[in-house]
Amino acid sequence: MNANGYILRAIDIKKDFGMTPALQGASLDVRNGEVLAIMGPSGSGKSTLLHCLAGIFKPDGGEVWFDGKRLDKLGEEDRTRLRRQSFGFVFQFGQLVPELTAEDNIALPLLLNKTSRSEAYKMARSWFKKLGIDGLEKHRAGEMSGGQAQRVALARALITQPKVLFADEPTGSLDSLASEQVMELLVDLAHEQGSTVVLVTHDPRIAAYAEREVMVRDGKVSSVQRKAGVVN
Amino acid sequence: MSASYALLGILGQQPTYGYDLKRDYDFLYGKDKPLAFGQVYATLSRLLRDKKIATKTIEKSYGPERKLYAITRFGRKDLETWLSTPEKLHPNTQTVLFIKVVTSILLDKKPNLYLDAQRSAHIARMRELTEVRRNSDLAHSLQADYALFHLEADLRWIDLTEARLQTLKQEILSER
Repeated sequence: MNANGYILRAIDIKKDFGMTPALQGASLDVRNGEVLAIMGPSGSGKSTLLHCLAGIFKPDGGEVWFDGKRLDKLGEEDRTRLRRQSFGFVFQFGQLVPELTAEDNIALPLLLNKTSRSEAYKMARSWFKKLGIDGLEKHRAGEMSGGQAQRVALARALITQPKVLFADEPTGSLDSLASEQVMELLVDLAHEQGSTVVLVTHDPRIAAYAEREVMVRDGKVSSVQRKAGVVN
Repeated sequence: MSASYALLGILGQQPTYGYDLKRDYDFLYGKDKPLAFGQVYATLSRLLRDKKIATKTIEKSYGPERKLYAITRFGRKDLETWLSTPEKLHPNTQTVLFIKVVTSILLDKKPNLYLDAQRSAHIARMRELTEVRRNSDLAHSLQADYALFHLEADLRWIDLTEARLQTLKQEILSER
């Protein structure tokens, strides 16, 4: 975290996919511990921005800072290590490993981080009750509902106590009730662990769980007027 | 109209004193906007006039007499008709939001800035309501949901309008 209390900063970042510009000078500050929603229409660049902030994509220009360090200057191996140790991810379709059971999936990040097998599984099993899915430890992804699978994905993302949880349309495949249950868990558990949350969504009901929202349009983050009636 | 049927519905459950009626109404519907006593008694007067409710004066050994209000057979029938009749949909062709967008086009302002500010205000209100629904019992949570879905509908309209601003501007300015 830098002196201003920002854990993540994007400064004038640019990213093209072939001839298609996705980000055209996007800048964003994320405060430590906040829940931030990135909104915008389809194709606006909001997911690309999240991927750049998370070190999944390397921007073509501009700077990305995490915890006071230049993330965009790191090589692939260092970024992979950083993602594994400091970041958690939840995507629209959970992306659980289908061959593994729910507890295998949750324990996976700990095993990759060299935690002992017994300790990893002990920690993984401790998540089931607080997520309201006890009894599903041995179920595989195909044997769970979308909401249950997304809770498992949430546990997998948070089990390493990441500094930042990145969530890209985390409830996009769920109905209203399941969406709300997942979002309440996501926000509560992230707060409990002290994780910052960067949430990409097009759904204002989901964005309303965040403390602040920004809009991405045409590859740029647009400033949002705080008070209605002040525009010219 | 809604407050009148809300009170009638409470009386449909059991006969009630005016004070208790207000308390029940506020608990069920008026957490943020309690009904004034004056409005309660004015509504009861109208319901009495329309013979939808009747009163029975209860004498007490101490203190003033109290009026117990009860729904009549006619009132119950009216209540059930109201319950089974779908609400009319409001055509939103002349909403304030739309008028503001068109006005800002006519004045050569930037309607997208107005829409941005409105979107931000809507989401801020949704944030408040989300907090309410997270910390309330189910009845109040469902009321917050109702408001949330309406705000969401506005936001969908804002997004769609923003995506079509250029075409709207061309249409409006070419037809004048």
